[in-house]
Amino acid sequence: MTDTPMDRIARATPPVLAKRVGGLSDRAIAWLFVTPSILLLLAVNIFPLIWTVRLSFTNFRVNRPNEATEFIGLRNYQRILTDGDIWLTMQATAHFLIWTIVLQVLIGFSLAYLINKKFRGSDLWTTIIVLPMMLSPAVVGNFWTFLYQPQIGLFNYAVGFLTGADPSSFSMIGDVSLAPWAIIIVDTWMWTPFVMLICLAGLRSIPASIYEAAECDRASKWRQFWTITIPLVLPFLMLAILFRGIENFKMFDLVVQLTGGGPGSITELTSINLKREAFEKWRTGYASAYAVILFVTVFGLASIYVKALNKVKQR
Amino acid sequence: MKSILLNSVVAAATLVGAGVLGTTSAHADDLTLCWAAWDPANALVELSKDFEAKSGHKMKFEFVPWPNFADRMLNELNSGGKLCDLMIGDSQWIGGAAENGQYVKLNDFFEKEKISMADFIPATVTGYAEWPKGTPNYWALPAFGDVVGWTYRKDWFSRPELQDEFKKKYGRDLAVPKTFAELKDIAEFFQGRNIDGTTVYGAAIYTERGSEGITMGAMDVLYSFGFQYENPKKPYELEGFVNSPESVAGLEYYKALYDCCVPPGHSDAYMSEDVDAYKSGQVALQMNFAFIWPGINADAKVGGDKSGYFANPAGPGGKQFAQLGGQGISVVASSAKQAAALEYIKWFAQPEIQNKWWSLGGYSALRSVVEDPGFAKSQPYAQTFLDSMAIVKDFWAEPSYASLLQASQKRFHDYVVAGKGTSKEALDGLVKDWTEIFEDEGKY
Repeated sequence: MTDTPMDRIARATPPVLAKRVGGLSDRAIAWLFVTPSILLLLAVNIFPLIWTVRLSFTNFRVNRPNEATEFIGLRNYQRILTDGDIWLTMQATAHFLIWTIVLQVLIGFSLAYLINKKFRGSDLWTTIIVLPMMLSPAVVGNFWTFLYQPQIGLFNYAVGFLTGADPSSFSMIGDVSLAPWAIIIVDTWMWTPFVMLICLAGLRSIPASIYEAAECDRASKWRQFWTITIPLVLPFLMLAILFRGIENFKMFDLVVQLTGGGPGSITELTSINLKREAFEKWRTGYASAYAVILFVTVFGLASIYVKALNKVKQR
Repeated sequence: MKSILLNSVVAAATLVGAGVLGTTSAHADDLTLCWAAWDPANALVELSKDFEAKSGHKMKFEFVPWPNFADRMLNELNSGGKLCDLMIGDSQWIGGAAENGQYVKLNDFFEKEKISMADFIPATVTGYAEWPKGTPNYWALPAFGDVVGWTYRKDWFSRPELQDEFKKKYGRDLAVPKTFAELKDIAEFFQGRNIDGTTVYGAAIYTERGSEGITMGAMDVLYSFGFQYENPKKPYELEGFVNSPESVAGLEYYKALYDCCVPPGHSDAYMSEDVDAYKSGQVALQMNFAFIWPGINADAKVGGDKSGYFANPAGPGGKQFAQLGGQGISVVASSAKQAAALEYIKWFAQPEIQNKWWSLGGYSALRSVVEDPGFAKSQPYAQTFLDSMAIVKDFWAEPSYASLLQASQKRFHDYVVAGKGTSKEALDGLVKDWTEIFEDEGKY
């Protein structure tokens, strides 16, 4: 009989230890392995969450260690929900979220569909297309501010070249009506490849036999697209939307680099507003309530969305 | 209050522990000085070599770019961090840092070392060292005097063809403006003009949204129009002062200046963007703090005789004020090396060191330096610095200054750059925001 490595390990294990481990139930061993992770999770995730909820009912300010902290009930929540400026930042966030997702899904899916049609150099094109998402958002924000510069920016020059307009006659990040679109363009440029990759995975997971069967049934390309491609890629697409939705809800770095929330407050997204409350105004209790509201909103929307995603997958 | 007393006791104790200051210490410490990353900081590194040689202590520096300076350093102070032993903090931090026990109170130290605040420019003592304002409670030594002023293209102003055209159009010489109305005329005159084959613009002014830029710029103008932070007879009464008709006119003027005369894309500009616009030959006028003047003067393209400097012009009623900048140097309460840090302050306060500070490009706040008969002519901008420092006003220095500043940043940027609402609505909104903040602070 061959001596396996497991046999050798079993023989090398001291009898006392073997007996001790051997005396543990499967459940106990499972707990033994899981406990460190649970403790870590409690320390870095759950405890701060509970602490944030607790702070949200107080007037605590982290920069005033000498002041007594008072319990103020729901006053922070009431002030946030009745503050018109906060609703404006919510609107700005929603505008940014909806348009980036719509554009990224449309362009990302189209690119994936094209790349999926194997052609010469398609792998090279895939690599080129995914390059933007490999860059740091801070770097992207920084160099797009140069591209958007009215006097020397390449973007303004290109628009001027195509439309005949004077490049310095408009400022993408300084104009109230253009600034929201300036950040949408950059985010779309950066993250469309991510949506494309997920869609590409979905497209490549569709067995060729289904299309062959459809061909036999004389289904047109258009019908194949709507009855085979879209339904089978939909779960992947929805996953991409979920990822991009969560990411863009907390969008911060790119927008801070590009517009700083301006002009005025037109591109002040909730994450920027929350950072100002927490780390510039130092209203810790108020910012905690704000964070709790955002957490509940994202968690609630994501839960509904995940349920819908599961239904689509079950179909 | 308990912690303030505690800090004072700690400071006194460390003084005793330090022994006789000015002589080489019994043991050498590594001291870290925190400040903004800008030209004067480089001059301070150079200056501090003398301290290292004399004291035996080694100096380390933590410099943070201006847009992140407050975030980074206030985080450090609030968390009781040990990174900084000495802090050259912004003037507006003094209230919070004093009340929250983050700076060491320096009264006993000044008394022991015979450092008198009467020896420093009064505005810098009030602005950088005192809390509460107007009381002899000192938390910093005035370290770097600064004020918002103007730089202009002297070479363009002196061109005969431009002078003739200007005189024909406005009926007066193209010269340093005496009023803000004149300044706007000059900015309009240069806007879009072709000079030596290049399109140039009127003025680079502060419009930055993220930190404090547009507030510093707008306030710099509003003061001279008649803006007041509060009722002088009743503290924290804002209505009718912040949003007085004069203030409304001042903010309208600032927006008009922005609309007519800044370079394209100048919608989020602060110190470095204004310097860039000026040094690249784009603008005729530049609003900026005085700290940039040595750099402008030495610049190969626009320095020397090509540039001139002038203090803030007067408003419509003849009032003339300027926004105070600058900082004081403080000992951080959480530092374990307070004795050595106090040694540094004592060394820094010496007249000969202050003289050297000025010669290296640092704006000394010591009266013996700036009142020296040769000072005004020592640099082309020295007289303008003196004139400007004589008319300074500063933003709130309350512990809640950050909230007050964020409110003004939002209101001013919304109106001036984004064009939202009217000047009156912006200032009414500011009164509402500031009143809420002071209510939270229990001021009413």
